[in-house]
Amino acid sequence: MGVAGKAVPQTAVRGPSWDGRFTVLILFLPPALLLFTLFVVLPIGEAAWYSGFNWNGFGRPTNWIGFDNYRFVLETRAFWLALRNNGLIIAVSLAIQLPLALTLALMLAERFRGAVALRMLFFMPYILAEIATGLIFSFVYDGDYGLVASIWRTFGAEPPHLLASTDTAMLAVLIVIVWKYFGFHMMLFIAALQSLDKSLIEAARIDGATRSQALRHVVIPLLYPTIRLSVFFAIIGSLQLFDLVMPLTRGGPADSSNTMVSFLYNNGISRMRVGYGSAIGVILFVICVTFAFTYKRWFMRDE
Amino acid sequence: MRLLTKLGLAAVACLLGANVAAADTTVKWLHIEVNPAQVKIWEEVARSYEASHPGVKVEMQFLENEAYKAKLPTILQSKDRPNIIYSWAGGVLKAQIEAGVLDDITDQVKGYSDSITPAALAAFTSNGHVYGLPIALSQVGFVCNKELMAKAKVDPAAIKTWDDLLAAVKTLKAAGVTPIVVGGADKWPLHFYWTHLAVRVGGKAAFEAALRGENGGFAGETFQRSGELFKQLVDLQPFQNGFLGFKNPQAVGYFGDGKAAMTLAISSIYNLQRALAADKVGLSEDKICWFDFPVVPGGKGAPTDTLGGITGWLITKDSPKEAVDFLKYFISKDVQTRLAAGNYIIPVVQGADAGLNNAFMKLIAANLTKSNYHQNFYDQSLGPSVGRVVNDVSAEIAGGSMSPQDAAKAIEAARKQGN
Repeated sequence: MGVAGKAVPQTAVRGPSWDGRFTVLILFLPPALLLFTLFVVLPIGEAAWYSGFNWNGFGRPTNWIGFDNYRFVLETRAFWLALRNNGLIIAVSLAIQLPLALTLALMLAERFRGAVALRMLFFMPYILAEIATGLIFSFVYDGDYGLVASIWRTFGAEPPHLLASTDTAMLAVLIVIVWKYFGFHMMLFIAALQSLDKSLIEAARIDGATRSQALRHVVIPLLYPTIRLSVFFAIIGSLQLFDLVMPLTRGGPADSSNTMVSFLYNNGISRMRVGYGSAIGVILFVICVTFAFTYKRWFMRDE
Repeated sequence: MRLLTKLGLAAVACLLGANVAAADTTVKWLHIEVNPAQVKIWEEVARSYEASHPGVKVEMQFLENEAYKAKLPTILQSKDRPNIIYSWAGGVLKAQIEAGVLDDITDQVKGYSDSITPAALAAFTSNGHVYGLPIALSQVGFVCNKELMAKAKVDPAAIKTWDDLLAAVKTLKAAGVTPIVVGGADKWPLHFYWTHLAVRVGGKAAFEAALRGENGGFAGETFQRSGELFKQLVDLQPFQNGFLGFKNPQAVGYFGDGKAAMTLAISSIYNLQRALAADKVGLSEDKICWFDFPVVPGGKGAPTDTLGGITGWLITKDSPKEAVDFLKYFISKDVQTRLAAGNYIIPVVQGADAGLNNAFMKLIAANLTKSNYHQNFYDQSLGPSVGRVVNDVSAEIAGGSMSPQDAAKAIEAARKQGN
């Protein structure tokens, strides 16, 4: 990769003059900088500041305890459970959701009767609001009246309460996540597939490549930029997952299905431990930012 | 044309003047009540107050329970805060007083406050200052289904000790009846077991010592023992299948549908189970029985000690004096009697329980009169940061994921970290 830079003649494209760029800077930087400071830097700074206090949200924080909140967070078993669950969500997204989305995209990108209808069908779960999805699935999973229960009963077995057991609650949540988001990634892949240069695939076929060889050596590599984007969305989305968990399990039973954000909510908001909650928020922020920058640096530097 | 303009201006002036006269003071009142029948009575009370007090407008606002708790700190610090807010007293009230967001109404309710049950008023009093007025009391105890109990040949009146309860659970299970229904997903219905056991095991003295951090605080013997006794019950698997996934309204409906023999609940379940039952009818009065929480061997608490709620209204900082005036009107004997007659509340104004018109609610009122120690729900009285941990560990003991000892330690750790 080191020599790649040399291949592009830098003189070919003339940038705007320094004066021109300076004017643009003077005109456009202040509003952007102001908005960024107001709505991004200040809230994050404020959260970081609050995380140093033992504070219940009333009045001004006064009880400075330094890094104790961070220590308390790291000592909590539920926090590590939440972190593990976020890891699980990422793993399932990458190992099941994206391959599923890609497979479906490869099948549905071609024009045939009913393709558009099928695409819409698979995309539908993504349109549904998270809260609504959670509620619907809490009925589906209900061990007394739910769809799952009636399926179970047709096999003559006593139906389980999936959301009520520490062994199955997270699994049940993961299934909903895959169901809800694979359509979104499928659409990204379909869009990418349709904009591919068909002549490359034809050329490969003429050269004697089989369908699967063309797929493996031409189509998929051409999709890499989209796949990298998809992976990025999947991971950031997984880290932020909250609104599906609340109606389904609220992180329970016994914290077994908490994500970092539901853990933050259950502790910071419900318990009015604003300092503690802020500490969780800062930890989550650091994880997300570290990931985003590393990922961009390593995998998306060409885009 | 000129005439028309003049007339128009005059009309506008009239309208403006009229507006100013009509709304001298607005009392904003924020509540969380979800029972439409009760809210209807409240509305009527507000309108009749407005009729007899020209120039005062009472405006009702509603927030859902959990949303209310989450938004309260922000609401209270806004300039546009409501004047009257709902409260469960306890640790949250203490934090609000310390933050200085409430009005001290001691002088305004002087004399009037004598009509209120002292224990209830005490919950809204701190260092001799009154910050609000109570509206209702409640008791936690076992509500049972007469038919199902009879089916298993269990006599609810004979359940006096914890061992009696354990035996009843075994008998009910053997008869193929689900012994107890509980809304475990909400956690607080499970905390009733742990807390009420603590009330029975240690009584008032142990709780107050724990608050001061004496005898090992909440990690002490009393609270470990509460967990152990609770574990005895849990080990019998007394709850309905999937109880950790049931929200409280679901569980109450399940009881109203006649699917379980017992539930440990707040006395207001009497009305609630009807509204939440699948057929909207629920269990009629003659099908419901009640027994007090059983005593435990060697327990220091008196059998008449009660666990329950004390709810009421607070006046926020810089509210108009009409807010207090309205509150006194709202918590008058007349209105309390009316709410009692609908069996919505156990009233706090002396003499208003004459309005109660069914045996169940009368029994609860009598229990509360007998009680020398009425413990407010732990999750309220300990404040959100410690109270929610009590709820958490109760659910964990019930789910088998935490030992009674670790549970007690977790609460003590939260007390030490807490506000």
